[in-house]
Amino acid sequence: MSAIPVPRLALPRAGIFRRFASQEALLALAVIGLAIAVGFVNPRFLAYRNLADILLGNAYIAIAAIGMSMVIISGNIDISVGALIGVLATVSGSLAVAGAPTLVAWIVPVVLGVLVMAAQGAVVAYLRIPAIVVTLGMMSILKGGLISVTGGKWITDLPQGFHLADLNLLGVPMPVAIMVVATALAALWMRYSASGRAIYATGGNAEAARLCGVNPQRTVVMVFALHGFFAGIATLVYATQLRVIQSTTPPGLELTVITAAVVGGVSILGGVGTVVGATLAAILIAEITSALVFVNISPYWTDSLRGGLILATVIADIVRRRRRASRGRRI
Amino acid sequence: MSVFAASPGRRVPKWLARHETLLAIILVAALAGLGAFNNRFLTVDNLLNQGRLMTEIGLIALPMTFVIITGGIDLSVGAIVGLSAVMLGYSWKTFGFPLPLAIAFALAVGGLAGFVNGFVITRVKVPPLIMTIATLALYRGLAEGVSQARSVRGYPEWFYGLGQGEWLGVPTQLLLLVVLIVIAGVALDRTTFGRTLYAIGSNETAARFSALDVDRTKVVIYTLSGLASGLAAVVLVSRVTTTRMDMGMGYELDVIAAVVLGGTSIFGGAGTIWGTVIGLVMIQLLKNGLALTGVKGDATIVVIGVALIMSTLIASSLQRRRE
Repeated sequence: MSAIPVPRLALPRAGIFRRFASQEALLALAVIGLAIAVGFVNPRFLAYRNLADILLGNAYIAIAAIGMSMVIISGNIDISVGALIGVLATVSGSLAVAGAPTLVAWIVPVVLGVLVMAAQGAVVAYLRIPAIVVTLGMMSILKGGLISVTGGKWITDLPQGFHLADLNLLGVPMPVAIMVVATALAALWMRYSASGRAIYATGGNAEAARLCGVNPQRTVVMVFALHGFFAGIATLVYATQLRVIQSTTPPGLELTVITAAVVGGVSILGGVGTVVGATLAAILIAEITSALVFVNISPYWTDSLRGGLILATVIADIVRRRRRASRGRRI
Repeated sequence: MSVFAASPGRRVPKWLARHETLLAIILVAALAGLGAFNNRFLTVDNLLNQGRLMTEIGLIALPMTFVIITGGIDLSVGAIVGLSAVMLGYSWKTFGFPLPLAIAFALAVGGLAGFVNGFVITRVKVPPLIMTIATLALYRGLAEGVSQARSVRGYPEWFYGLGQGEWLGVPTQLLLLVVLIVIAGVALDRTTFGRTLYAIGSNETAARFSALDVDRTKVVIYTLSGLASGLAAVVLVSRVTTTRMDMGMGYELDVIAAVVLGGTSIFGGAGTIWGTVIGLVMIQLLKNGLALTGVKGDATIVVIGVALIMSTLIASSLQRRRE
């Protein structure tokens, strides 16, 4: 793509001001500020039930955004994840209804997610086909395949034990627990492990990464495999919340996941970003969607707000990078 | 990628000719095969009807060829179709615009949407892929918000002439497409504008140093892409008689598949309008052939997805072998 990348491989300096000016802190402030503002207009927004619904209903988007962040940081993109989650949910539900042990119904979609994504990663890395072409093709294969295999039938009568999302872990609802644990583990791994740093190196400058002993191809396959893993986990949270699984893909899901990753501060030029920001952004987007209802704005405007948000973040990111780059030159 | 592969020297035209000949042979074989399988396929009526159905995709595929030749991409075309269609219906029904003015308004909105893409891509230097993913969400969202998901119908009778009428037995919009194909083909092959696109796609820095106005050219092609999507929206509304906000959903797949199948390199620097036309026809015949053999619509997008990946794979492995 175009020039510029200023790979910021070193850990950010830990000044207090810098901490507060980070994308993550801004997002956290936005999440809280928006809640208070909407609460003034309509106090019912702050009801525990509503806030819990926002978190529970959108935890799977945050989980999928973790993998998407890694893919974008490595300098790639994936638009097949929405269709993949739809397929995996159907696989999981069908297994459960067919009488497979619950554990199998939970594990198979995760394994399948890893395999599908790793295959795409291999085509991107070793056959050097742009990720957009591979994942656009895969999206239509998954989407079309799902509808033509199931005929659009709904899966009902899911067994009692299947609903993982209804369980609690130490008093915390499972979707939220999984979201927090997955985000924390992924954030630590990306920050402190060699293979985690390799993702930033590959996205910042693949050639430089190669010279530093990182294998960019293997890193890309790993990133896609992990993305598939998180898509599988996201599917579990999503599918086990439903009483009826529709054999279609949730429309526009890939865009929501990409928006969460980008708004969370993952630079679309690769090399920069954190998964904590992506999770916070996923929560913010869900909060905005819910807030519209409470301040009496038609929910039909949600998508354009989401589009505007992603556009504004992308432009701000690029302008900020350019400013930083020119400051670097002066010194 | 390679500077040599796209220089207008001796090697390229030969290769392009080979690629298109290959495609044409596959096309004829596919025609014969489908015709042998099903006697309803190779009839004049069916073929003309397929021409009618492929026009909307075809209109957008022409500027998309330009965009991909420069190494860019436009994923927002389907959303622009939706936005323009909604603007057509909304301005006519709610603002009370006379229909010709509403049509002009829909085209203007499409052009403006494309211009915004091109402007931000060149001025802010947002990569085209990301810019058009963002505007894909934005434009579809605007279509949804403005229309509040309500459809518009009941257009005056004359308007349907464009999408349903015929002239000398040929569907009206197919004639429009043919005229635009010729214009686009000549523009790409015989004008400075067209050659500039190849220069940008093979080496943008070199193009800048050769005093080519890279940014303005890019703004023009993205605007053309939006304009063509607006035109496709008008044709589509006229053909199906209704305006809905979800119109054009998934068009980006068909359009990009047609262009890439037609031999335009996804890495930029190579491609022709004639290749795109063959790719377009192949995709439409594939859809039609599969439908006639009883395959449902959803399965055909699987085939298009496979065709997209395979044609890119084959093209890039051929290119690597040559180098």
